[in-house]
Amino acid sequence: MPQTLYDKLWESHVVRTEADGTALLYIDRHLIHEVTSPQAFEGLKLAGRKPWRASSIVATADHNTPTDHWERGIEDPISREQVETLDANIREVGALAYFPFKDARQGIVHVVGPENGATLPGMTVVCGDSHTSTHGAFACLAHGIGTSEVEHVLATQCLLQKKMKAMLVKVEGEVGLGVTAKDIILAIIGKIGTAGGTGYAIEFAGSAIRALSMEGRMTVCNMAIEAGARVGFVAVDDKTIEYLKDKPFAPKGELWDKAVAYWRTLVSDPGAHFDAVVELDAAAIKPQVTWGTSPEMVTDIEGAVPAPDDFSDPVKRESVARALQYMDLKPGTRIQDIAVDQVFIGSCTNSRIEDLRAAAAVAKGRKKAANVRRVLVVPGSGLVKRQAEAEGLDEIFKAAGFEWREPGCSMCLAMNADRLEPGERCASTSNRNFEGRQGPGGRTHLVSPAMAAAAAVTGHFTDVRNLL
Amino acid sequence: MRPFTIHEGLVAPLDRANVDTDAIIPKQFLKSIKRSGFGPNAFDEWRYLDRGEPGMDNSKRPLNPDFVLNQPRYQGASILLTRDNFGCGSSREHAPWALEDYGFRALIAPSFADIFYNNCFKNGLLPIRLPPAEVDELFAQTYATPGYRLKIDLGAQTVTRPDGKAYSFEVDPFRKECLMNGWDDIGLTLRHAEAIRAFEEKRRAEQPWLFA
Repeated sequence: MPQTLYDKLWESHVVRTEADGTALLYIDRHLIHEVTSPQAFEGLKLAGRKPWRASSIVATADHNTPTDHWERGIEDPISREQVETLDANIREVGALAYFPFKDARQGIVHVVGPENGATLPGMTVVCGDSHTSTHGAFACLAHGIGTSEVEHVLATQCLLQKKMKAMLVKVEGEVGLGVTAKDIILAIIGKIGTAGGTGYAIEFAGSAIRALSMEGRMTVCNMAIEAGARVGFVAVDDKTIEYLKDKPFAPKGELWDKAVAYWRTLVSDPGAHFDAVVELDAAAIKPQVTWGTSPEMVTDIEGAVPAPDDFSDPVKRESVARALQYMDLKPGTRIQDIAVDQVFIGSCTNSRIEDLRAAAAVAKGRKKAANVRRVLVVPGSGLVKRQAEAEGLDEIFKAAGFEWREPGCSMCLAMNADRLEPGERCASTSNRNFEGRQGPGGRTHLVSPAMAAAAAVTGHFTDVRNLL
Repeated sequence: MRPFTIHEGLVAPLDRANVDTDAIIPKQFLKSIKRSGFGPNAFDEWRYLDRGEPGMDNSKRPLNPDFVLNQPRYQGASILLTRDNFGCGSSREHAPWALEDYGFRALIAPSFADIFYNNCFKNGLLPIRLPPAEVDELFAQTYATPGYRLKIDLGAQTVTRPDGKAYSFEVDPFRKECLMNGWDDIGLTLRHAEAIRAFEEKRRAEQPWLFA
């Protein structure tokens, strides 16, 4: 029987299955950061248990770390304690790799894993972070998990999981100039809604997905969770293999050849059955901008803010009314007429080198608009930062009046000092526009890096296609 | 983990869809390395008028009178009635920790986000999915009846109203058994340590690059 990629990934990791279908899935890679792990390590210790396979662990500090004045260390004492707790836990149990605060390869866990070749096709990957779906770009079964599950994986190398349904999201055709992976995934979320993928594993396919670079595919898979799906992935092709060649933790020599032969099988078979199929026309996707407090509240740059009455479902109508009030937006306002106070270019969605190149291409020779208080550019990792500096992107950003920062999660979730002030409006390349996400009272509009840069230099949302 | 068998309690209505885990427990409280004490900061940005930070004396903070959980009639509620896609967003288990610490034992909604749903079961908190029309009925009854209580029987998989009408709900048999007994998942899994070891050795032989 023809199998989906999900069937293959699932079956190759099942250790055993309970009568009701709950399976024990073997976990190949355990990514760890400071926020969702301390209670898991403590639980392990209290129960007198040892980690099953510490060499599956790749860890880094990212959520709490400051993005400037590294010479001062972490000034917030509670944040510092959390990062130091991770240091101590990894020192005690060991890991395949640990990139602590200030390490040359430190960065956002979902950037660091792939760029070091610690994420390989066919792996099960878990992390106490919902954006673990990012690693699905490499045809991995990558689950975001809670802290109890972090402890469970530490102790048993397994995750208890029931098989989900399979959804195929097919994006066919060619996207226009200035339309990016971020616009594709926002358009998908706009179409199926933030709960559209609940209970599903999503495979992203079609010529527009194939045409994306590995970094673009990571952006798409990253936001599978914003479509409700705990996992999202893309089949292996030449790009996957090309990307991984010579990465530090990728296999070498004979093992490489053997691995590649296996990886090539990580595709859905022709005729495989999906429980749901969603199709999008790539050519119809325009640069996207969210206007509300859920990623599904999205339109394109030529659009306008809707009215609650445009929605027939009473619960939705109420949500839209509440969102417009929080966002301080009136129905009918053109997206291009919305001015921004801050711009954030970064996060596990959009902080890789191609993202920074796209933002720099727009910023080059232009200046931050006078009404924009601050533009933060936060590379996803130390390696991304150095690459960007080698290409002179940092100079372009600085010349435009943008701030060039140290790597970390930064203002995607504002656990460190980078945040919006109450009432401030932000064009952000991150993944969530929830109330208060970037700071209490802050108002977030999700966009691509190119669109964020366009907002930064014009002071309001602007069709980046007119600036290219 | 505290077992869940039968629970009867006061219902509080949170009439919003897509309540995300950032709303349930804002990020500044995630800096804690503890597993307890998150209850006073559940729904912090909606519940208080000032800006919450870790270490504040929450009992001295100004409450938002417009937030439903602050209304006198819902004090002591242990069942939260809410709308679609509750718990979406971040995987933070601090969300169920905060709800449990606040005093909730069960949540009722038409749907829950996957990771959150899963996290609840690890913490003795029962998320119950009911069809939208039944959730609508429960909202109407809760609003209309001060002191509205429901009885939840996990063994029978029913939610029973004061007038005796009962709704049935689905739950995975494995999760149900674990929750009813308060079992520790890790202990259960480790009973299969040999199977895990055998699987691992086979995998190591077939795909050695995964074990570098």
